[in-house]
Amino acid sequence: MIKSRYLRFAFAAAVASVLATASAARADEQFFPLQSYRVGPYAAGGTGFFGGFIDYLNLINIRDGGVNGVKLTWDEGETQYEVERGVEVYERLKGRPGVAAWNPLSVGIAYAMIDRITKDKVPLITINHGRTDSTDGRVFPYVFPLLLNPYSETSGIVNYIASREGGVDRLKDKKIVVLYHGSPYGKETIPIYKLLADKYQFSLEQIEVPHPGNEQQSQWLSIRRAKPDYVVLRGWGVMNPVALKTAQKVGFPADHIIGNVWSNSEEDVIPAGDAAKGYIAITTQASGEQYPVLQEVIKTVYGAGKGNLDDKKRIGSVYHNLGIVNGILNVEAIRIAQAKFGKRTLTGDEVRWGFEHLQLDPARVEALGAKDLFHSINVTWDNHEGDGRVTFQQWDGGKWKVVSGWIAPDWAFLRPIIEKSAAAYAKEHGIKVRSSGDDPVSN
Amino acid sequence: MFDYQFLIEVLVGGLLSGVMYSLVAIGFVLIYKTSGVLNFAQGAMLLFAALTFVSLVERGSSFPVAFVITLAIMVVLRVSVERAVLRPLVNQPPTTLFVATLGLSYVIEGAAQLLWGTQVHGLDIGISDVPLDIAGVFISRFDLFAAAVAGSLVALFALFFRYTRTGLSFRAVADDPFAALAVGLRLPRVWASVWTASGIVALVAGLLWGARLGVQFSLSLVVLKALPVLVLGGFDSIAGAIIGGLLIGAIEKLSEVYVGRLFGGGIEAWAAYVVALVLLLVRPSGLFGQKLVERV
Repeated sequence: MIKSRYLRFAFAAAVASVLATASAARADEQFFPLQSYRVGPYAAGGTGFFGGFIDYLNLINIRDGGVNGVKLTWDEGETQYEVERGVEVYERLKGRPGVAAWNPLSVGIAYAMIDRITKDKVPLITINHGRTDSTDGRVFPYVFPLLLNPYSETSGIVNYIASREGGVDRLKDKKIVVLYHGSPYGKETIPIYKLLADKYQFSLEQIEVPHPGNEQQSQWLSIRRAKPDYVVLRGWGVMNPVALKTAQKVGFPADHIIGNVWSNSEEDVIPAGDAAKGYIAITTQASGEQYPVLQEVIKTVYGAGKGNLDDKKRIGSVYHNLGIVNGILNVEAIRIAQAKFGKRTLTGDEVRWGFEHLQLDPARVEALGAKDLFHSINVTWDNHEGDGRVTFQQWDGGKWKVVSGWIAPDWAFLRPIIEKSAAAYAKEHGIKVRSSGDDPVSN
Repeated sequence: MFDYQFLIEVLVGGLLSGVMYSLVAIGFVLIYKTSGVLNFAQGAMLLFAALTFVSLVERGSSFPVAFVITLAIMVVLRVSVERAVLRPLVNQPPTTLFVATLGLSYVIEGAAQLLWGTQVHGLDIGISDVPLDIAGVFISRFDLFAAAVAGSLVALFALFFRYTRTGLSFRAVADDPFAALAVGLRLPRVWASVWTASGIVALVAGLLWGARLGVQFSLSLVVLKALPVLVLGGFDSIAGAIIGGLLIGAIEKLSEVYVGRLFGGGIEAWAAYVVALVLLLVRPSGLFGQKLVERV
């Protein structure tokens, strides 16, 4: 009898101990559900971006023991960049404890998630892409197009062309052709290019390339006939190298083609061979592995055999560095939120608060080992882009070289346009517009 | 004033693009003609061939060695597919065979990425694409080279099918498989030869398209360019594939340049399908395809 009671007590103690351990483990973890794409047509970008993101999370875990002791965990679900698979992964992983934020790196998946993440109160990060009007945090409290939205990108490109010509006054009478991908993503900037053409008095022609863009002879013959000063390439996937090769076929100089942020990777230029030499593209983060944070990733993460990229030559590539920067922004948002809510597993809504106070000035960026990798970010409750700066890089046949300083888009010009679009969205969806950062977020 | 020089440039560019479409279409025709299978996996085969070739070159193989090894791999792959997938499905409805090749294309695409990785590769076959300026008309050197290669390949196949024993068997099977069987031709051997021939076409097309687009996953999408060509030229005619390719290439470019603006641009992809659809309504077997006559 005594023996039996003793056994029952020991069993109960063991169960309690296991439960307490499990509970403590959960309390010390922050989870990132990753809708990655490592196979399929966009696998090259997916492996680079998610590889960089995971490498940074690993760095924080190995070097610092997590964020203030809170371990970062993640799990991947393969989407092949398909919207329905992305949503399926969302539904599968959303119930895991301690979800910090979603980072799908896909316009289509992000669009499909907006209502869901708003209802579930977890931030959706669309670094360098997504809906332009989601910059307005008054209407989109959980969506963060960090660093660059499509309109800022457009303004940044026009400002860069102006700087090459000697100022915005010199844009008058210049001719710019925008060659865009025939998809909602490609068409998103059509109105803003028109507005900027009106503002700066340059001549504008916008030409569509049907998806996937593996045939562009007629578009480039039209460009040759139009004789523009610059061609802006708003491409995606195979459209980019084909554009550069076809430009060469019609004799258009590569250094007068300016690529957008999804036409700026090694994957876009390497297949084009010599035709890509001299090509210039916008970016929010420089490439290369010379930055201290990249060196730490190489030493600490790859040194421990935990690097995510199979091919180490891809460390420091455009997509890998975008993943690293995305990791920095996510981790710092958690750190900022922990300072307010405590050093523990945070709820999605608390992480949203962290993102809404994600202010990293150049000094803080340098302290994080990312000086010159990216400039700064200044997210507020109503500005979810965070005034990211852009720079321009030129392909020399073997690597990207930065050829400009950090350029600011014309935010003052863009903000009213964004607010108007966001207000229309709010009206259409019956969303209560927040009037301050302290306003409760309504669904 | 109408710019005739520009018209010629658009037309020549379209015809040369059309040659590239023909090259893909021929791979379909070879198989369809002898076995009645619309092999949707042709695009995946093309990707697999190009990816294998470029991966071997990047690992230090010379071009000729990489070509021979890739060719051998393609032959093995083709024969295996024929043996393992299609032969067990003989006498099944065409839809079953089509779905089998559709599934096969996903398997091959996945296997290619698993085996050789997901990275995109450049493929320089040594042909500069600086344009030739002929009386103010720019013509792509690469496209001229591609047209010459495609022409040579077609000529070689024509000689092979006309003057060799296997070629004769092929023509007999294409003409009437039951009669060919009745006179003692070994159908499996003919099918294996045809799948091998279309493997060679996939390799050549893969290298040319790979040099044009880069060797990447989207190479498998070039099959979409071949479909209107097949509808126009007929699924069972090599001559039809060539002429259909030229017509589709020219129609695409001319419609995009001269009519595209009326529709907001970007029409060339579906303009080719509109033409194919209209032709289907008028002449379901295509311009050069065999009319299907059935006893009822």
